[in-house]
Amino acid sequence: MADITETNLPGVGVRHEFVTESGQHVGVISHRGGRREILVYDRDDPDSCSMVVHLTEHDSRTLNELLGVSRVTDSLAAVEQQIEGLAIDWIPIAEGSSFVGRSIADGMFRTSTGVSIVAVVRDASTVPSPRPDFVFSIGDTAVCVGTDEGLAAVRSRLTA
Amino acid sequence: MLAATGSEAAIAFVEIGVIAVGLSFLALIAGRFGITAVPLYLIAGLAFGDGGIVDVTASSDFVSLTAEIGVLLLLLTLGLEYSADELRTGIRTGALPGLLDMALNFTPGVALGLLLGWSTPASVLLGGITWVSSSGIISKVLNDLGRLGNRETPTVLNLLVIEDLAMAVYLPVAAALVIGGTAADTALTVGIALVTVVVILWGGLKFGHLLSRSLTIGSDETLLLAVFGLTLVVAGLAQQLQVSAAIGAFLVGLALSGEAQRRTRHLIEPLRDLFAAVFFVMFSFQIDPRDLLPVILPALALAVVTALGKVATGWWAAGRAGVGRRGRMRAGTMLIARGEFAIVVAAIGASLTEGPELAALAAAYVLLTDAIGPISTKFADRLVRA
Repeated sequence: MADITETNLPGVGVRHEFVTESGQHVGVISHRGGRREILVYDRDDPDSCSMVVHLTEHDSRTLNELLGVSRVTDSLAAVEQQIEGLAIDWIPIAEGSSFVGRSIADGMFRTSTGVSIVAVVRDASTVPSPRPDFVFSIGDTAVCVGTDEGLAAVRSRLTA
Repeated sequence: MLAATGSEAAIAFVEIGVIAVGLSFLALIAGRFGITAVPLYLIAGLAFGDGGIVDVTASSDFVSLTAEIGVLLLLLTLGLEYSADELRTGIRTGALPGLLDMALNFTPGVALGLLLGWSTPASVLLGGITWVSSSGIISKVLNDLGRLGNRETPTVLNLLVIEDLAMAVYLPVAAALVIGGTAADTALTVGIALVTVVVILWGGLKFGHLLSRSLTIGSDETLLLAVFGLTLVVAGLAQQLQVSAAIGAFLVGLALSGEAQRRTRHLIEPLRDLFAAVFFVMFSFQIDPRDLLPVILPALALAVVTALGKVATGWWAAGRAGVGRRGRMRAGTMLIARGEFAIVVAAIGASLTEGPELAALAAAYVLLTDAIGPISTKFADRLVRA
């Protein structure tokens, strides 16, 4: 990883910057409120930015996805959790899923597959130990614990 | 009392309401042009005050109290901007540029005051008016021009931190001078004030997190009332100790940290917008537009000289940080705009004989620098060969 320089911007937030392998100066300002700005420094005037991209918190997460960071973290965490026949899986509820608008109780996951849904991640927050009447929405991610076969079954039902 | 009999209250409501609606239009226009509303408030006050359309005598007690609270909230939000770390870094890196800033921008004001035959307190106040750049206008311009990422920006921001801290020392001194008395009296007052400032500052930085943590346990309503009340109490006590209420409010803002700081900023900003707008309008309401004519030339001269002073300060400070020529010019021109503090300082001098002239000069000066500053910084790159 390249050297990252950190500069404090009093009253605004923090700026981090580094030089890419192709020699381009790139930076990120993290505002105190959660907004971010991506900076690309000008080659002719290295003190100014030839481009500034404004990102909300949501935009930052999208960009994060595109850069592939969260998927890597998720799979690593999933691998680490495999203990003696017990596994954890993060199953996304996408737009076409048959479970959008239906509750956990509807799915009867535990009775049919032995899998427990221990948490649901919605936007930036997590609902721990969701009740059986918890209703899924588009964009939710169900954190499930069970056997490999059970998880595979639940995954095919939630993503169908 | 605030709301007297039925009809007096009704008149007061209409007067204040009309002013507020007018201010909202100004804020809208300012937003369309991408500038802060402060200069427009000043112009509106000049246009409509003293012999203008609205006569606010029925509500003047309430309005002047509102204006005073506006100053307190302005400085509270200023203090909320910074964390203890930012202060310490600012002091360390900004001490030398801060001194240059004072030398180049405070001195012309004092000199002009003495040249015009003003008393020492009035001249010192004029020096304060020409000294401090406007954090509000500068942060807006930095955002609008997309310069937050620029290498010269930390220099600008650190200089603003230093100036704000310098004000914590300057305002008590200036206020003591205005009160007057013998040299020994004044020296004693100033001494007590400075010790108080240092004690509150140290206490705030050291124990601020305890205060902040105790404030976060409640709801937003609890937090708002607690901070608002605390600010007024500290400001009032500070004023009794001749520290200047505004600095008391500033120090409360500095003391808050973490979640309390973040939530308070969010809650106080709307209140500040409302009360501070009243302050600016009321300040310029009292200025007779005819008083502006004789001060236009001195204001222009001051504006030009101190604009050059700011450019020199920014140029040198940014150069010290390793920024190139274009960045140095951008930094220097960015610092030209004056605003909130200048008006607050001018208001301190209201009781002096030179008070009205000082207010008129301050208003003209602020309007001039608010025009020169943002425009020159926008085209700063063209002023310098790379």
